[in-house]
Amino acid sequence: MSKIQLRQIAHGRSGDKGDAANIGIIAYDRKGYEIIEKHLTAERVKKHFEGICHGKVERYELPNIRALNFILHNTLGGGGTVSLKHDAQGKTLAAALLRMEIEV
Amino acid sequence: MKEKIRIASGQGFWGDLIDAPYHQVTKGDIDYLVMDYLAEVTMSILQKQKNRNPNLGYATDLIDLMKKILPITTKKGIKVITNGGGVNPIACADAILEAAMHLDIKKLDVAVVLGDDIKNCLDDIIQKGCELKNMETGEPITLVKDKLLSANVYFGAAPIVEALKRGADIVITGRVTDTGLTLAPMIYEFGWDMNDYDLMAAGTVAGHILECGAQSTGGNFLGDWESIENFTEIGFPIAEAYPNGEVIITKHENTGGKVSFDTIAEQLVYEIGDPAQYITPDCVADFTSIKLEDVGKDRVKVYNVKGKQETEFYKVSCSYSSGYSATGTLTYSWPQALTKAKKADRILRKRLEQLGLKFDEIRSEFVGYNATHENLAPELDEDKINEIVLRFSVRAKDRNTVNRFGQEIAPLILTGPPSVTGFAGGRPKPKDVVAYWPALIRKTMVEPKVKILELK
Repeated sequence: MSKIQLRQIAHGRSGDKGDAANIGIIAYDRKGYEIIEKHLTAERVKKHFEGICHGKVERYELPNIRALNFILHNTLGGGGTVSLKHDAQGKTLAAALLRMEIEV
Repeated sequence: MKEKIRIASGQGFWGDLIDAPYHQVTKGDIDYLVMDYLAEVTMSILQKQKNRNPNLGYATDLIDLMKKILPITTKKGIKVITNGGGVNPIACADAILEAAMHLDIKKLDVAVVLGDDIKNCLDDIIQKGCELKNMETGEPITLVKDKLLSANVYFGAAPIVEALKRGADIVITGRVTDTGLTLAPMIYEFGWDMNDYDLMAAGTVAGHILECGAQSTGGNFLGDWESIENFTEIGFPIAEAYPNGEVIITKHENTGGKVSFDTIAEQLVYEIGDPAQYITPDCVADFTSIKLEDVGKDRVKVYNVKGKQETEFYKVSCSYSSGYSATGTLTYSWPQALTKAKKADRILRKRLEQLGLKFDEIRSEFVGYNATHENLAPELDEDKINEIVLRFSVRAKDRNTVNRFGQEIAPLILTGPPSVTGFAGGRPKPKDVVAYWPALIRKTMVEPKVKILELK
């Protein structure tokens, strides 16, 4: 077992859908996809964003482009111009998820 | 039929690089220039402008741009498609035609797509049994009707196809989906059957890749971003489309940026929900079917896209005013920058409380520490941090309450922790808060209208 940080095997992009944030995580290769497919569950993502994401987390798989897509509900402080957050559109949340450490 | 067409993205949002469309029409061959100007917030801004002046309500930047590129696009036969018409496509088209006249252009047919703006016929729509329920909360729109700023239906590619068939050189629309702008010329040029959902999905995916401009060509790329060359002159994406639905995403030669599997994949996952059900007015595209392949320098083939029949509904985007907000910032320097900023935050909160002001929300963030990533930010060695910006925001229904907050920021400089600066630009002013109301409407209840305006 060794510990890796998600950013070593994946990149991604995040944005907003109303008050929900979307985070797409893309593995650099097939092997990386197998790791994120196994370890990067909706529950782990929800726990990672404890205190930030106040709703449920949904996970979708795109094995064709080695990607997972997460929808984090109730995360952006109301979304749009309602949100007082500096990052009201969740632009930096993909990077925040890449901080996660995974045992492989 | 043409064996291929090249569709170039010129803007990812209103406020994008002003000269990007000019570079797209000059640095290589393209057949179509498509430009997305409309974010959700944009519609409410444009509606306010139109309320003040009936000749406004469109992306005014577009007129200066057209003055610059019309001589080129008319000479080269490049067609321009944009949703920059906002809530007033006719005024936008008139302004373009006037600009064309001054440029001594002899022939120019400008099509406008109308009918998306349903704000003035809401009563009728509600009466006919459509409650325009909020897609997230299920509440009927009557709840916010008196505060409504804008209400627009998202049309798809169909009205743009009609405009092209009727000979338009330029198509100015109101609220049309970003993807429809790119799909439409493919349908028109290749004679695609709009019931061939795989083809509709292929063009829709190409549209999704183009709709945020350089975000698919290396901009905002979180992969190996330092490998991106020449951000300064970043090339915007071009979709080279083929009749069988295959699309090559590329950019002009001698521009900056990068087109690769990785840069395209990042854009594919941007702002999507269920990837197997990417719903547009034209089809339901399945992003899990897409195949990407690097086929040359800055060339990625997008193929094998599958789609299903479109739904019976259009999406409606309504906006309504929901109070006011304001943000103020103060910068604290070493030593103990974060400790000072946190102390100032507590003082400010206490003062607002003592003033008896009622806010819907108060939020403080410490830029340099946790404004992004919040509690995921690592503990900070304060001695190594030179400065922290306190970013303090409030939101309230009442404008005066927010305004009163604005008066409490500057006094902290003389009445709080030391080595503070950065209070420039005066007191924070209350800004209108605009909230969204996403809803659905049966397609049979609204109809897009296409009108062709000619040079006089």
